[in-house]
Amino acid sequence: MLELIVPLLNATVQSGTPILYATLGEMMTEKGGVLNLGVEGIMSFSALAAFVTTFTTGSATLGFLAGGCAGLFLAFIHGFVCISCLGNQVVSGLALTILGLGLTRFLGTPYIGLPCEGFEKAAFPILSSIPVMGDILFKQDALVYVSYVVPVLFWFFFKRTSLGMAMESVGEYPAAAAAAGLKPILLRYSAVLGGGFLIGLGGAYLSLAYTHLWTNGLSGGRGWIAVALVIFAFWRPGRAVVGAYLFGGVMAFQLRLQASGTNIPSSILLALPYALTIIALVFSACRRKHSDMPAALGTNIEPEG
Amino acid sequence: MLTGFKLRKRDEPWKWGALVIFLGALLISLLISAFLLEGQGKSAIDGLFILWDGSFGHVWALEGALLKAVPIFLCSLGVAISFRMQIWNIGAEGQFALGAIGATWMALSFPHLHWTLLMPLMFIMAFLLGGLWAGIPAALKLKLKVNEIISTLMLNYIAILLLDYLVFGIWKDPSSYGFPMTPKFSENARILGMFGSSVHWGVALCVAVGAAFWAFMRYTRLGYELKASGQGPRVAKYAGMPYGFLVMFVMCMSGGLAGWAGCVEVAGTTGRLEPSLMVGYGYTAIVVAWLARLEPLNIAFASFLLAALRVGVENLQLELQIPAAFGEIMEGMILLSVLAGQFFLTYKLERRKLSD
Repeated sequence: MLELIVPLLNATVQSGTPILYATLGEMMTEKGGVLNLGVEGIMSFSALAAFVTTFTTGSATLGFLAGGCAGLFLAFIHGFVCISCLGNQVVSGLALTILGLGLTRFLGTPYIGLPCEGFEKAAFPILSSIPVMGDILFKQDALVYVSYVVPVLFWFFFKRTSLGMAMESVGEYPAAAAAAGLKPILLRYSAVLGGGFLIGLGGAYLSLAYTHLWTNGLSGGRGWIAVALVIFAFWRPGRAVVGAYLFGGVMAFQLRLQASGTNIPSSILLALPYALTIIALVFSACRRKHSDMPAALGTNIEPEG
Repeated sequence: MLTGFKLRKRDEPWKWGALVIFLGALLISLLISAFLLEGQGKSAIDGLFILWDGSFGHVWALEGALLKAVPIFLCSLGVAISFRMQIWNIGAEGQFALGAIGATWMALSFPHLHWTLLMPLMFIMAFLLGGLWAGIPAALKLKLKVNEIISTLMLNYIAILLLDYLVFGIWKDPSSYGFPMTPKFSENARILGMFGSSVHWGVALCVAVGAAFWAFMRYTRLGYELKASGQGPRVAKYAGMPYGFLVMFVMCMSGGLAGWAGCVEVAGTTGRLEPSLMVGYGYTAIVVAWLARLEPLNIAFASFLLAALRVGVENLQLELQIPAAFGEIMEGMILLSVLAGQFFLTYKLERRKLSD
């Protein structure tokens, strides 16, 4: 039994990792009061940016950072439209998704089917020898190890640093934040850009560590799942980890079932994560009183004059 | 902000402002597209000329645009009425798929029925299934406050997989050499060209639906209440009809119209259900609805314009081997630029006076 479950849980962590990065990225953006529905577009574009960088330079680390920067770039467009130009956040995010997916397919076509080195799994010293847990958590690639630290840093940033708390305050009540001498516009931009960078890292994971190969439609709805998980997680990083691995588990399970040659049609298996997303939202809706949803989420700050 | 200028709220609306902003957005998008074409080693001048020529330069291009405008218009009208109530229905793509499935179901079940009976059956089923697909997120929103953006979007993915399931499985044409598609519909289930042209009767349907929509919003009590509740849920509370009913009604109408778009596509354009039916009209419809500022007449123009862009991009793909995604890039950029530009509808930059 164990020899069946351990590889499945190992795969769960792996397929949950890109979703975790993206969920935390969206959570950061939303804590600053900005809804970014462009996650799907950002993830797929940054997956391409990461792939092309690693493919041409041979450096996986550089590719990972390039993914983050690509996320930063697209998030900046969203920030400019919403924060500086007061555009509708929902529509701007959707437009960003259309743009991001379009750019990915337009620029990525010549790379389809090409492989890239990326990140390979490497056992973490000492910790990987812990029975069972070591096999699940510490026989992964470097980006997974990084992802273990990110939620902790995220929590620390918003709970213990003044910048994080200031960022959260412009998501809650920007007028009060401005009255207290903070700079709401600048803080919102930092939340959007920081979030975009994290979402970009999630995209980079897909091409550098998950597939090692360029194909179209790599993001496959993960961006939208991340948006849903922020709601599911009540805007708390700890619950985001749970949610990301839950979806990672469903995806890993679904892939194994398909590979095992079951009679269940693949389209039904493929629909599982999407159906689960709706179910997850139904469940979190029942307990929404516990949610830390930012009060000013989705509303723009009108300039004076 | 720029030094030497200061921001001021406009006292009265900027006449023609929306048009100026739209043209500006188009210009910016064309410039960036030209840049992208050059980046791919193609001549931008040639590319933009081929794009123009393929969109508006020939009768066949205009006919093609008119045909593509049909599903976009129907989806967009539905999207616009829900957006007006601040219900973010992103699910036109899935509702379109369900409509196509419903119409196909009838067409395959009753191939020998006379078209005067079969056609209404197909449209009714398309409307019902499309409406049902939109009714699910509406019910989830009303009963459990589930975010409709995500539920409608997830249902898009599920609808496309359902379509795949049907054409790869139980509805697959045994004589299709393994290609995932249903058998060709019988003649009774086809929407034909008007007066012998290639432009089918779906265009006439759009005109009828548009007129009915206009009359409904203007002359019925329900239409009046919808307009009132478009001001936001708080105003809607003062409407005579319960808010929940209005949301449900709008979503089902919206889904039904998208379903009709799917019906017109299978019966008029492809003549069978196949995965290539899903080309993203439902997402283009969102772009159209917002560009048209949710006004029905504008939606007709904007549908035609973005349909023409699609035809032009197909031409570009043929002549210069540019990926079809070029059209999505342009759609995304036009919408983002318009959103950014709308800032100037409420604000203007004024030269700072020395006294300031």
